This record gives sequence, structure tokens and C-alpha cells, in this order.
Amino acid sequence: MDYQTLLPSLIIFAPTLGAIALVLMPKDNEDSLRYTALAVTAVTFLLTIALLPGYDISNANMQYVVKADWIPNWNIYYQLGLDGISLPLVILTSFISLWAMVASWSITKQIKGYLILFLLLETGMLGVFMATDFFLFYVFWEVMLLPMYFLIGIWGGPRKEYAAIKFFLFTLFGSVLMLVALLMIYFSSSYGADGEHIFDLVLLADAAQGNGLLGPDLQPWAFWLLFIGFAIKIPSVPLHTWLPDAHVEAPTPISMILAGVLLKMGGYGILRIAFPLCPEAVYSGSIVLVAIGVISIIYGAFAAMAQTDFKRLVAYSSVSHMGYVVLGIGVVGVVSVDGTGSDYWQMGINGAMFQMLGHGVSSAGMFFMVGVVYDRVHHRNINEFGGLAGKMPLYTGLAAGIFFAGLGLPGLCGFIGEVFVVLSAWQFNKALAIIAASGVILTAGYILWTLQRVFLGAEYKGPHEEALIPMLGREKIVASVLLVFAIILGVFPNLVFQYMVPSIEKLTDGMAGRIAGGF
Amino acid sequence: MAWPAGSPAASDPPDKTQLDFPTARITSLHTTETMQLATINDLISSLPAQVGKDVMAFLPELVLCGTVVALLLGRLLGLDRKMPGHWIAMAGTLIAFGIAFGVVYASGSDAYLTGQNAQIFSGLLVNDGLTVFFRLFLLVFLVLVIALTVLSGIPDNEDGPDFYTLLVGATIGMMLMASANHLLMLFMAVEMASVPSYVMVGFLKGKRVSSEAALKYVVYGAGAAGVMLYGTSLVAGMLGTADINLIADQLGKLLSPEAAGTQMASAEVRTIVLGVMMILVGLAFKLSLVPFHFWCPDAFEGAPAEVAGFLSVASKGAAFALLIRVVHQLTGFGELAVPMAIGLGTIAVVSSTFGNLAAYFQTNVKRMLAYSTIAHAGYMLTGVAAMLVALANDRPALAADCIEGVLFYLAVYLFMNFGAFTIVALIRNQIYSEQIADYRGLGRQCPWLCVMMAICLFSLVGLPPLGGFVAKFFVLAPVWEAASLHWSMGALVGFALLNTVFSLFYYLRIPVAMFIHERPENARVARIETTERAFALLLTVPILLLGMSPLIGKLSEAAERVARDTISATDTIIDKTPHKD
Repeated sequence: MDYQTLLPSLIIFAPTLGAIALVLMPKDNEDSLRYTALAVTAVTFLLTIALLPGYDISNANMQYVVKADWIPNWNIYYQLGLDGISLPLVILTSFISLWAMVASWSITKQIKGYLILFLLLETGMLGVFMATDFFLFYVFWEVMLLPMYFLIGIWGGPRKEYAAIKFFLFTLFGSVLMLVALLMIYFSSSYGADGEHIFDLVLLADAAQGNGLLGPDLQPWAFWLLFIGFAIKIPSVPLHTWLPDAHVEAPTPISMILAGVLLKMGGYGILRIAFPLCPEAVYSGSIVLVAIGVISIIYGAFAAMAQTDFKRLVAYSSVSHMGYVVLGIGVVGVVSVDGTGSDYWQMGINGAMFQMLGHGVSSAGMFFMVGVVYDRVHHRNINEFGGLAGKMPLYTGLAAGIFFAGLGLPGLCGFIGEVFVVLSAWQFNKALAIIAASGVILTAGYILWTLQRVFLGAEYKGPHEEALIPMLGREKIVASVLLVFAIILGVFPNLVFQYMVPSIEKLTDGMAGRIAGGF
Repeated sequence: MAWPAGSPAASDPPDKTQLDFPTARITSLHTTETMQLATINDLISSLPAQVGKDVMAFLPELVLCGTVVALLLGRLLGLDRKMPGHWIAMAGTLIAFGIAFGVVYASGSDAYLTGQNAQIFSGLLVNDGLTVFFRLFLLVFLVLVIALTVLSGIPDNEDGPDFYTLLVGATIGMMLMASANHLLMLFMAVEMASVPSYVMVGFLKGKRVSSEAALKYVVYGAGAAGVMLYGTSLVAGMLGTADINLIADQLGKLLSPEAAGTQMASAEVRTIVLGVMMILVGLAFKLSLVPFHFWCPDAFEGAPAEVAGFLSVASKGAAFALLIRVVHQLTGFGELAVPMAIGLGTIAVVSSTFGNLAAYFQTNVKRMLAYSTIAHAGYMLTGVAAMLVALANDRPALAADCIEGVLFYLAVYLFMNFGAFTIVALIRNQIYSEQIADYRGLGRQCPWLCVMMAICLFSLVGLPPLGGFVAKFFVLAPVWEAASLHWSMGALVGFALLNTVFSLFYYLRIPVAMFIHERPENARVARIETTERAFALLLTVPILLLGMSPLIGKLSEAAERVARDTISATDTIIDKTPHKD
């Protein structure tokens, strides 16, 4: 077995092996537990970086393909692969996990259990982005549910039980809908001479874009079931209500993972499963997708503006920013029946993908920054802050950088995705594009207003003023690394575009043929 | 009541064209002179060999019977003080398992699973793949139950032989349920499984709730048995035979298009269907399906957790074996199948919905698990309903998939449900309570046991990557495919999935109490010993393996073979469906 086939499995299960090692370690020596877990996430990150040299940028197809028997009589395989859509997200996952692990030093309660669940969560996330078998994808999708529930439920804030069960129920409900779609797709598929049912996402996509997979009666059902399942995760208005609660109650590192990685699984699921398998239904539903995206952008921005809880504000900003993702991938309607306009749609998806990566870095950074100050003063009421710039100058500088990245300032990671998405939306529907663009102004409004209330002003107005000490070394590292990456992504977007573009082109070209054909 | 004239005749189905009913039909079994002579001669000459073969096939059950005798003799001669009952019971069960497994192992993949010549004891019992599957299932489970009772100390040494006599006796009854091929055997097997169960439920003699539970169980059980007996007599009386295969043949003819017009046929069919439904009432009682479930929460709450765990798995497994056989053979064709499928499907939906809703309000863990078993019987029943739809539409492969799902579900259910009861028993021995409120904060005191409890419960919810998810998927996937044959099957899947989401609420209450709440100051401290932990691990690891490892494929292939065999053994019946004639 060469490293090409071994590496993906190693990446997925390295955190699991680390978790097993932690189980066997004594729980009294907290430092050795922490450093072991940190080493595991670091090794996992390095392993994902090791994917890059062997990855052929010009090849749009699945690479690092692994296929092994799992449940052969149901045609279920342990099947992994990476293309330009999943590779950047895999690296984002291991990157955010590593820095969230560094941020986990602030956790002191039941540290062993926390670290074990954290690592199991990482396995689930990596598995979702690498699985190319629908059944396996579903299993990994659910695997991260339980660790997340307990991470919020045990280590969370005062309303942790409510927030955890809300997260669990929303996601489980979405997964159940996804399961129905999975059954529809499985039983509609017919592969090979015997017409066997399959779960292979690559073959299913080929079938859907070739002779057609689901007929006009079933396909809209399958698509909307899948979309609702994924939209809960993104989350899109009106299915977003679990997110602010989960974020507010979750401990800081878990918020970083939640915003930085978990939300991206929704967008990824749409691109990997809902779109390729249901091309006609996507096309006819385009205007609805775009509308959902625009509503999320505006609603999330207004809701963020109304918050006084610092963390809740950042949570709603995630709803708003992820709206650009739905908008960008939803502009499929710009493709006309003769196939023209496909370029704009590609631009939209490229923008959406870049927005996911940029938001992964900036939102994780924003939640980390909120966590830093919460650890000191144990409250998050924006109106009781003020004057932090004088007390914690370095913190203020780093935070301002990261918040500007979230705002979408040119030169930082939030800018490119939003511009691409809005430009492509302009080609599709000018009114909606204008509304979406005005979301950028709203975002600037609430972020600048927040910066003003928290960092500027004459003096700090809340309790525990004496606790406002400068950043610790560990905190400096996390914040500056995230800021540096926000800048790098903003200045050299082609670093990630070069990986994404061929695979996105393949996706849009494949679907465009089917769209032109119609039902 | 006409007895079948030995297996050679029984395996020789009567001529299709002969429909003169009922007296002429009975003679048709023995029709022509030559055939009759040949039959009798064959019978006499083959008798010793036949009996030898039958006894060999029945050996595991006989070993268990011997175990019961040994237990009773030990009691009589006072040997039980030197040789505790659990060693005798364990030794007997292991020998029986060794034989049963050895036969399967030695005869390879084909010999034991084909339906050919599967009938033993003149067709009273059948020794096909389904029998073998459930024989192994029940014996493995019996070993685990005995091991648990040894660990948890219920029963004490004084009562040991009595308890194990009942336990082994009930298991023999359940194994007979899985192999019954004759209405009389069906009734006897159900009763043989039930009567020891009544006593075991009331085994904690000093406890009021225990006695109350046993009484309720007996009264319901007696009622259900009466109805079932009436049903068997109706069916046997109308058709002049109690052999299930022959009944199936006769019913197939009565329902065939040629016979459909005659008044005679329809009146008879109605009576027979009534009888079959009465038999199903008895089985529904054993499965604790709504509306025959009332005994279940009381019995489980009153009984020791060990007994509740035994009943919830073994009794249910055996009843499903019997249900599959009866439903498949007696209603799996013609116009009967679809209405019956809708009836079973309705009961399935009502059972799972009711079980899940009622479970939410419970404060006692065992009572909550009792309602959860009602819900799980409902999930599995959807598979049986879909099997009928598949048979009615002449899709034997799909019908086999449905059975495969149920078998796989039962195998996972054994571990997850018994695992949960085991941990309840182990925790009870420490904190003397089975209330959810008293489980608060246990996660800090015995993390291993609590994590394993969480695994069992989340597997019961049906969350990946645990066995419960794969099992639920295997049951629901064929039901979904059957939705293309009849819309109601799609509704069954919808309800089952919604129920999955509901069920999360109450299962979660236990992990929440264990891990999220703090242990009250003056609460009892739980100290779990390593052996107990190891035993719980033994039950939990299969849940993980059956959720993630390639073992899923192996088990589902075995279940598929058994299921195909069960369906194809009665190919004749499938051929008799009207639209094929």
C-alpha cells in the first residue's frame, strides 16, 4: 500500500488514534494530556499539508482515491477521495482544529473527556470532507453530532443543556431528511449490467449528469430534502435559530470549530451531493436559493446589529456571511438554456468557496477574540466594554484586523468571496444583487459600531476591570496566526483558487449539459 | 384434526386442481392407492433413520432439556450446595451452543440453510435457516444472561436452581417458537416460553411490585393465549390440518382465481382469516405491540433488570421468528397480503409512536426502557409489513431483504437493549435505585459504565456510527423500496424516521443526568468492579463493530442467506399467487 492510498485514511483516523491514546492515559496529569492532544492535531495538520505535493492541480477529478469493501452486499464502500472542492476544506479543518486546540488551554474542567471528544469531532469533520460514498458521508456527518452535543452540553455556559439539545435536534432532523433523500437516490440508481443500486457519489453524479438519475417527480423532492438538511447546517434563515444559542453557550474553542468548520459542511454538502445529483431541480429552484441567500445576508446583519451580547453578535454575523455562500452557489439560474452564462455561475461558486474559507479563518478568529476578553472579565455585554484599546493595545490591534477581515475589507480574506458572489448575482438578478451588496454596508455598520463600543471610548465600564491583563503568549500566537492567514488569503487568493477552479469548472460544465436538456 | 402422514407425504404437495372441499381434500393427501402404499412403506422403512436425523437436528434443544433435568435432580439430591445452579446452566448452554454452532460450521454455507428436507418430527418442527439463526441467537443470549446473573447476584444461591430451571425452560420454549411448523407446536411453544416468564417476573418474592407485575403478566398472558388457541382451532377446524405448510397450500387454492367466485370459498376464507388474526393477537402480546402492550411496562418495572433484559430480547426475537413464519406462510399471497400489510403497518406506527411518547414521561429507567422496547417492536414490524407487500407483488428478493433487515436488527438489538439492562442492573447493585434522577453525576464516578450506557442508548436512537443505525437502515431501506409498490410503505418510513427524532428526547435524559448534572452531595457512591466493566464492554463492543467494521457485511450476508432461504423454501406458495396462475 503506497502513501497515496494510505494518507487519506491516516488523516481521518489520526485524531481517533490520538483519542484512544488519551483514553489509556491517566487523567491526573493534565499537561501531558493537553500536549498529547495538541501533538495529534499538529500531526493531523501536517498530514493534510502533505496532501499538497501529490495533488495534481490541473486534474479536476477525484485524487487520492481509496475504495475498500465495507458492506459489499449493499454496495457500500469505504471510499475516499479529494478534489479541488474538498481539499481546501480538509486543510481548513485541520488548521482550525489545531488552533482551537491551542485555545483549549482555557478549559479546566474534566479535561480528559474534553480532549477525547474534541479529537473524535475532528475525525468526523475530516471524514465528511473526504468521503465519496454517500452512506459513508452520512455516517461521518452524524459522527460529529454526539461529540459536539457533549462538548456544548458539558463545557458550555449557563443555558448549555437547552443550546445542546437544540443543536442536536435541528441537526438530527436535517439528517433524517437527508436519509430519505439518500434512500430515494439509492433506489433510483442503476449501475452496471445488473442495474445495481449504488452509493458512489462520483458514479451517481455521472449518472445524474448523463442519462439522468431521478425523474421529474422525485428529483425536486430529493433536492429540497437534501437542501433543508444542509441549510440547517449552514445555517440559512429560517433554519438558523440553533446557531446563536449554540455559539453563545459553547466554550470558545468549540465556537471556533463550529463557525470555522461545521458551518462549511452545509455548503460543501450542497456542492458535493445536492447539486451534482439533482441538476434539473437545482436549475428550477435557483431563484429560491438566491432569495434564501439574500434574506440570510440581510436578516443576519440586522440581527447582529441588534445584539448586545458580543458572542451572539458574532454568531449572527456568521448567518449573514454564510448567506453569501448560498447566494453564490445558487445563481445557477444565470445559465441560459443554450449554455451561455455558465462563467458567471462558476464565478459565483468560486466566490462561495472562497467565502467559506475566508469566513472559516475570520469567524474562528472573531470567536477567539471574544473568548480572550470573556476569559478575563466573564461577561460579554458590549455596552459594558469600552476603552480596551488603552488597556490591551496588542489585543485591540489584532482584533481590529480580524474583525476587518470579517467585514470584507479589500486586502483581507472576506473581500474576494463577497465581491465574486455579488458580481455573479448581478448577472442573474440585479435587484437581489443590490440588496446583497447593501448587506456589505450593514456589515461594515455593525462591525465598526462594535469596535467603537468595545475598544474605543474613554474608559472600561464593566466589572472586573483589574482582570484586563495583556494577552498571554498562547493567545498572541493564535490571534496572529489567524490574522496572518486572513491577510495571505486576501492578498494571494490564487493560492486556493488554483486548486478549486478546475473541479468547479467540471461541476458546472457537467451540470450545464443537463440543465440545457431540461427534464 | 388430521395429522400429516409423515414427512414424505407432507413434502409432497397435493394436486393443484383438486379443490373439492373439505373432506375430499384430506384424502387428497393420501390419494391414490399406490401412493398411499408407497407412503406407508417408505414411512416404515425410513422411520429409524428419519427419527435419528430428527433427533440430531434437535440435539441443542435436547441438551437444554437435559440441563433442566440436571438442575432439578441437583436440587432433589442436595447437590446444589456443592455445584451452584449457574455452573450447570452455563455448562449445558455452552454444550448446546457448541453443537448448534458446530453443525453450522461443519456443514458449510449451503447444507444447513436450504429449505430441502428441513421438516423434522413429521413436519411438527422445521429446521431451516431461520431456525438455526434464532437457535444461535437465543443460545448466545442465554450465555450472556447467565453470566450477568452470576455477576449481579440475582438469584442468590438458594434460589439459583429454580431460577435457572425457569430460564433454560423458557429458552427451550423460545427455540421451539422459532422452529414451530404446526399450529399445535406454535401454541405449545408460546406457552412454554410464557409460563416460566411469568414466574421469573415475580421472582423477587419479597417485593410487592414484583408480585403485582407477575399477576398482571399472567392475566394478560392467559387472555392472549386463550384468543390464540381459539384462533388455531378455527384455522385447523376449517382446513382439517394444523400443519402450517399444508394450511398455506390450502389457502393458496382457496384464494386462487378459480375458487374466488364460489360463496363457499369466501365464507371459509373469512373465518380462516379471523383465526389467523387471533393467532397474531397472541404473537402481538409476546411482542408487546400496541394495543397488547399493557403488561410490558408493569412487568419490566417489577421484574429484576436481568429478567426484563432477558424478556425484552429473547421473547421478542422468538416471537419475530414465529411472526415471520406465520405471516409469510398464512397471509403472504393473494388478496390477503396487502390488507394484512397495511394492518401490521398501522400497528407498527402506533406502537412506535405510542412507545416513544409514553417513554418520555417515565422516571424509572426500566419502565422507560420497557416503552422503548414497544417502540422498537414497531420499527421491526415495518419490515414484516413490507415483506407482505413485496410478496403480494411477486418480488421475493425484496421480501428477503425485508426479513434480512429484521434479522440484522434483532442481532444488534440483542446487544444494545441487553447492554442497557445490564448496566441498569450493575448500577442498581451500587446505588439501590433505578430512578433516572438518581443517576445524576454518575459519569464522574464510573465513567466507563456511563459511556457504555450512552453507547447503548444512542444506538437505540439509531445514530451512526453505532449498530442501531445500520440496523435501522437495513430495516427501513427495503420498506422504502416497497413504497414503489404501495404508498403506505413510504408513510411507514416517514413515521419511523420521525419517531427516531422523538426518541432522542427521552433516551438523552439518561446521558444528560449522568454527564451534565452534578452528583448530589449525599448520594451513594458507585464502585464498579473490573469484571463488571469487562462484561459491559463485551456487550458494547459488538454495537461498535456492527456499526463500523466489515462485520456488518458478514452479518448482513448471513442474514440475507437465511432470509432468501426462508422466502424460497416456499417458492410453491409464491407461485400460487393468483396473478401468476
